[in-house]
This record gives sequence, C-alpha cells and structure tokens, in this order.
Amino acid sequence: MTAPAYNFAYLDEQTKRMIRRAILKAVAIPGYQVSFASREMPMPYGWGTGGVQVTAAVIGPDDVLKVIDQGADDTTNAVSIRAFFAKVADVATTTRTEEATIIQTRHRIPEAPLHEGQILVYQVPIPEPLRFLEPRETETRTLHALEEYGLVHVKLYEDIARHGHIATTYAYPVMVEGRYVMDPSPIPKFDNPKMDHSPALQLFGAGREKRIYAIPPYAQVVSLDFEDHPFEVQTFADPCALCGATGVYLDEVILDDRGGRMFVCSDTDYCEGRRGEAEA
Amino acid sequence: MSDVPILVAEGVTKHYGARLGCRDVGFELWPGEVLAVVGESGSGKTTLLNCLSARLRPTTGSIRYRMRDGAMRDLYTLEEAERRRLMRTDWGFVHQNPADGLRMTVSAGANVGERLMALGERHYGHIRDTALSWLERVEVATDRIDDDPRGFSGGMRQRLQIARNLVTRPRLVFMDEPTGGLDVSVQARLLDLLRGLVGELGMAVVIVTHDLAVARLLSDRMLVMKDGRVVESGLTDRVLDDPHAPYTQLLVSSILQA
Repeated sequence: MTAPAYNFAYLDEQTKRMIRRAILKAVAIPGYQVSFASREMPMPYGWGTGGVQVTAAVIGPDDVLKVIDQGADDTTNAVSIRAFFAKVADVATTTRTEEATIIQTRHRIPEAPLHEGQILVYQVPIPEPLRFLEPRETETRTLHALEEYGLVHVKLYEDIARHGHIATTYAYPVMVEGRYVMDPSPIPKFDNPKMDHSPALQLFGAGREKRIYAIPPYAQVVSLDFEDHPFEVQTFADPCALCGATGVYLDEVILDDRGGRMFVCSDTDYCEGRRGEAEA
Repeated sequence: MSDVPILVAEGVTKHYGARLGCRDVGFELWPGEVLAVVGESGSGKTTLLNCLSARLRPTTGSIRYRMRDGAMRDLYTLEEAERRRLMRTDWGFVHQNPADGLRMTVSAGANVGERLMALGERHYGHIRDTALSWLERVEVATDRIDDDPRGFSGGMRQRLQIARNLVTRPRLVFMDEPTGGLDVSVQARLLDLLRGLVGELGMAVVIVTHDLAVARLLSDRMLVMKDGRVVESGLTDRVLDDPHAPYTQLLVSSILQA
C-alpha cells in the first residue's frame, strides 16, 4: 500500500484545528454551546457524527480509545466507531474504562470512576435544552445570554402536574458552574451526579446541529429541580442478574415471549470486570 | 393616583419605509389609569401599542417609563435584559389572539406559573397554589389546571392569558383588542372581570380597541386615532358624549343604537 488517502484520524489538519478552537472555547465557557463547521462524516447523522469529530480532533497516536453505546462495548455503533479509529488513526483500543484515555459514549457514563487525564466524548442529538418549549434558535440564544431559564422549570412543572413526579428520566437538564443550563445528552438521569466535579474532561459534540460544548474537570454540575420535588436518580429493586452489582444502572433484557426477563448491568465492561474478579 | 406619570410618550412617530404607522403621538399615563386608544383599523393603534410596549422602536420620539425605583427611563435606551425583565414582571401584554400570548402546549397551571418560575420561584407547591387562586379569580374552573389551553374555549383562553399576565401584579398592562373575536355575552363577562381586576390591582392600562362600548366601560381617558394621528383626546365620557373632532363625531354616530 502507498500512503493513505486520508489524514491521521480522518479529518484534515485545518478541520481539526477548527474543531479544537471550538473545544477550547467550550471549555473556557462551561456549558455554552459553541457553533462549529460540522463536516460530513462517513456515517449517517444520529450515529455519532458530532462525537466522532470531537474524538478525531483530540485523539493522538498514543491515546487508547474506548467506545460505548448504551454502556455496551459490543453494540454496532460502538464496534464500528472503534474500528473506524483503529483504522484511520491506528490507535490502541480497549474496552476497559480504567485503561482508556478517550471514551466516546452514547447514552451512558461508565460505572467505574473516571480519573484525571481522561476525556469523555458524548454524542449529542439535540444540544439545546430549551428546544422543546422554544423552537426559535434566536430566542433560545437570547434566553441563554440573559440567563432566563424559567422555561426549564416550566417543563419540570409539567412533569409533576402530569405524572406526580419529575418524569424526565434522560437528557435531564443541568446547570453548569451556576451559569449555563445544559442538556447532558440522552444519558439517564442516573448518570447526572457523575458529571459533577468529575476529574475527567467532558466534551459534547452534536454533528447535525453543529454545536460543541464542554464541562471542564472539577466543574460544578447541578441537576435542576423544585424545592419540594428534589432531583432523584432511578433506583432498581434487584441487583444485576449476572454480576450481582447494586447501585448501578441496569438494562432490562427480555428472555422469551412468556414474560421472562432479567436486569443486567448496562455497562458491559463493569459487569465483565466484576464477574472476572469473582471467578479469580 | 400618584402625582407623577408612569408612562410619558412624546412625539412618537413610526414609519414603515414610506408608509406611516403613527405620527407625533404624545400623552402621559398615570398610575391606576385606563387609557383607551380607539380608531378604525389601519389608524395606527396597534403600531402605537407596539411602540409603547417596547416591541417596536419608533422612528422618532421618546417613551419614558417610571421604574419601580422611581427613576424615569427611556424604554429604548434600556439594556435588553432590563427591557425583558420589565416585560415579564412589571408589565403585562394581553394579545387579541390568546394563542399569541399563551404557551398552547403546556398546561394552564404552567402558563400561569411561568412568570413566577422566570423570577426564580422554585417551590412547586407554591406555584400551583398561586396558579389555582388566579384561575379562580379569572373564573376558569380549577379542575382544568392540568389541561392545556388547546382544549379551552376562546373566552377561557383569554381569561387564562389575563391570569398569566397579572400573576406578577404588573403596574402597567397593554391590551390589544382583548375582547375581539368573542361573542357578546362572553365579552360582557370578560369586561366585567377586567374592570374588577383593574380596580382591585390599581394597575395602569393602555387598551387598544375599535369597540367604543369597551372603551366606555373600561377607560378613564381615550385617544381617538385616524390615519396615524391622534385627532382627539380627553376623558372618555366627554369624548363620547361631546365629540369635538369631526372624525370622532362620525365614529360615535356610526354606532348602532340598540
């Protein structure tokens, strides 16, 4: 083979610089959505084009990449993005949370605590937390600029009025560093507390919507709520059916068509790690 | 009534390119006073109202408002943040079409509570109690608090819009044909309600209407507009019973006597 037809990590250097500038700005203004010139990627919108571009901009030859989709390392999206970077950047990949330097994720934050030096890259479908109540982009930008966040509480109010409790279970709005209200991407609200004062850098990329935002390490992230209806995470009655873990986020797996089901860790690496330890 | 005006308009003129919206309108509005702006359609009433309510910058002229701290401020030199805060706390705006002033996809309770939440109220129970008491005051059945206004009749929507605006006890409310499009009996009840609330809360109101009966019932003073200019102004009863300007005479005489 001759020289590859594409640059390291697929994107050309100018594009990566453009994305890095957006990332730097995003880190400097925690929770603020920075627009960037999102590129066409060799995958459809909705499959993580924003996350892939952010990863491509920050990845280096020495990085170790982990990709998860709904907590799992072995689902289509995770496997293909991991293979993509193994091919175009020739980086080492892993499924172990502790070993990874960059973790691209869709819909979950790993159970194992993150540490300094790690970067968590989220794939974001709709970056605007106010979008469902205010369709105009000009207006939502003004609301962010003037810190007029009453609308977020209107949404939470509606939840309580209709369901008796805050029924939003994912993409639960947070306030970052006491300034910007941010959509944490469709992670379960179970993961929201992990964002607060996390030692890892958290980057969010929305490819179709052309927005990048970030939570720097050790930034304050507060889930919004009412005084008489405080924020709560999901709880599960039973431990993981495979590894017995409690206090983790579980997926429901349907076993047959007669109502059989089991609840297992959504974080496959965490579950495998625990089972490995138990055998040893 | 206090001895300083709450709103002072001077020489308000608005051109839309070559066309005239309104020209050289000036008046003073006093706390607790209801001012009606009447005239036929196209006479510049709504343009004037939009200028007064900081929604449309006039081409020339000034509009000054007395803030809660007593300082007179020119509306169009306020920071955007200040202007918006004014709009959702100290002011109300009742649109002719309730759908323009309501959030149609959220419940009645959230519509009433939105301003409170915007002001930082973070206690669900308090917000709900306030919403319930306001629904009661505007005669919307309290068991409709969790229904969204799409399922409400025109009259109910309009009453809900009024509650949503008055929940922060504004000092100045703008109304653009608040009874337009409602049938006569619903209109009468709404007017009754408005008159009661205006008296009770002591707010100043600028109401735009083409319906002289509405002006007669609600307002203390009125401006009569024609072709963008004020042709006559004065106490409502004086203007309607003893119109001086030829146009006002025409307007008054064109009402069908029941």
